[in-house]
Amino acid sequence: MKTKNTGKKKAAATNHNHAVHLLRSMIRIRRLEDKCAELYTTTKIRGFMHLYDGEEAIAVGVLEALTQDDAIVATYREHGHALIRGLSAGSILAEMYGKQEGCSRGRGGSMHLFDDKLRFYGGNAIVGGGLPIAVGLALADKMQQKKRVTCCFFGDGAVAEGEFHESMNLAALWKLPVLFVCENNLYAMGTALKYSQSNMDLAGKAASYDVASVAVDGMDVLAVEAAAQKATEVIRFKGEPFFLECQTYRFRAHSMYDAELYRTKAEVDEWKKRCPIATFTQRLKNEGLLSDADLEKIEGDVAQEINEAVAFAEACTWEPLEDLTRFVYSERRMS
Amino acid sequence: MTKMTMVQALNLALKQEMEKDDSVILLGEDVGRDGGVFRVTEGLMDQFGEQRVVDTPLAESAIVGMSIGMAAYGLKPVCEIQFSGFSYQNFHQIENHAARLRQRSQGRYPMSLVLRAPYGGGVRALEHHSESREAYWAHTPGLKMVIPSGPRNARALMVSAIRDPDPVIFYEAKALYRAFREEVPEEEETLPIGRPQLVREGKDLTMISYGAMLRPTLEAAEVLRERDGALAEVIDLLTISPLDEEILVKSVQKTGRAVIVHEAPRSFGPGAEIVARLMEKAFFFLQAPIERVAGFDIVIPLFAREKSYIPSVERIVAAAGRTLKN
Repeated sequence: MKTKNTGKKKAAATNHNHAVHLLRSMIRIRRLEDKCAELYTTTKIRGFMHLYDGEEAIAVGVLEALTQDDAIVATYREHGHALIRGLSAGSILAEMYGKQEGCSRGRGGSMHLFDDKLRFYGGNAIVGGGLPIAVGLALADKMQQKKRVTCCFFGDGAVAEGEFHESMNLAALWKLPVLFVCENNLYAMGTALKYSQSNMDLAGKAASYDVASVAVDGMDVLAVEAAAQKATEVIRFKGEPFFLECQTYRFRAHSMYDAELYRTKAEVDEWKKRCPIATFTQRLKNEGLLSDADLEKIEGDVAQEINEAVAFAEACTWEPLEDLTRFVYSERRMS
Repeated sequence: MTKMTMVQALNLALKQEMEKDDSVILLGEDVGRDGGVFRVTEGLMDQFGEQRVVDTPLAESAIVGMSIGMAAYGLKPVCEIQFSGFSYQNFHQIENHAARLRQRSQGRYPMSLVLRAPYGGGVRALEHHSESREAYWAHTPGLKMVIPSGPRNARALMVSAIRDPDPVIFYEAKALYRAFREEVPEEEETLPIGRPQLVREGKDLTMISYGAMLRPTLEAAEVLRERDGALAEVIDLLTISPLDEEILVKSVQKTGRAVIVHEAPRSFGPGAEIVARLMEKAFFFLQAPIERVAGFDIVIPLFAREKSYIPSVERIVAAAGRTLKN
């Protein structure tokens, strides 16, 4: 059931347009996160916030394999997934500001970005909490005889939760179309995988539930994309779940309050050499698929997008206090 | 009209709603082939098939989590947790997601979901098989907490709960499942969620109760009439939360005395909230301190001592007697 694809075999080269698109997507996430960190330090954004730097290849690669009809359930480190799904940077930043023009109208914040029209079923502040919800969405699709995929992101920490095991079992037992994407960044906040798992082979755990699984190099966008394409083909063709473990690393602290006592700077620096953006940029340049002018244009466009998003969030408004009791219950009147 | 037990009445509600609405889905442990631990879902898998009556593994968190996914999708899941004490396994999904998804997304997702669970003592089971911890759910904004007191209102409230756009925690008193029969009409009947019912009129005292405690409360009212000639007004809450205080306040303004009866532990139980509401709105009408007859602040004892834990007619009458003395 389990196959290994640790990225040793490089995925096939890609064409110029697609390469530039992937690179641009990753850079959009990185620059948005840079801006979030800056706005957090200037107290424009408050609350806990978790940045995705280093893991961009996963959101970008996996979402390439999904259609707009598929559903996404994400984690609290979900700014990138939301952005690539099509939520505007402005609506994401406005949400983090707590403003009513934000994608969750200012109630969700950094960890709860939602968009019902894009079938983005939100970030989730509870580790592992999204897994059974994703299984429920897929079960609903199966009951309604809709051929769609529900893609569920979670981290290595979630594997320790009971809901991970309940969800794996049910998705396999009932043959549900779920793409489980484990973003294994080696640390559940401050606890290394080796201190929390008796068996660190996460793809193997999924395989033990008879869920087809594969581990990929999560720092290589092409490898992730290829693996996700294969996975979604299996899901769509067989109507069965698939587990994709993306081995990655988070460059920044867990959240904005984290002294990072659990890992060395040398380890972080070592992983930074594998930065998915830097390595992909270099590779494309080597293969003649990217010019300096291309890169300049990407950075220019993204800078403009982010600046406009900040201006939008700044200009947005606060929810009136008297509205705070709304949406506790449905506003639909019962007959 | 047919005379039915609460089990049969609930079964009727589920069956008729499933016939009317394809989006109603049942799921839970043993709800299908086995027909449910208390037989509430008996025959439904035969009628509606495995796609709509889903037997799940013992995975409470996943049962509720999946229900939330299905509800956000637009379906109307009715999940069963075999005993309310097992729902602590899924507390996280109800508290963190079912109750909050609407607020968190400001009304973007539907969340029509019913969680059914047998609750309460009187069947000589232990601990989590006998508890009455409705206050956990009543404390959470975004949830509706419903507890019927007999076959007919159980059926009508279940229909309303399934049609309700919000997540409803529906506690079914095990002690009432087969305790007595009532006439239940074959044709559709609903009861509004969030509205208590006046079930006995009186002028000297207001007694407020719900679920399995309604019957001993009514019996106590009868004892008071026969023994002391005191006329107690009795109110059946039916919905614990959101609590509609209007009828309670009006009654206490009339009688000046109140006794609240529940089997949930006394401290921070539903009675505490009711007392607070009455103090806010009926304080100047009170002629005696409000009495609470409740379970004690302990784990419900084993069967040999269970009867001493659950409010009895004698305890209710004694409490009422104290308020009437003033």
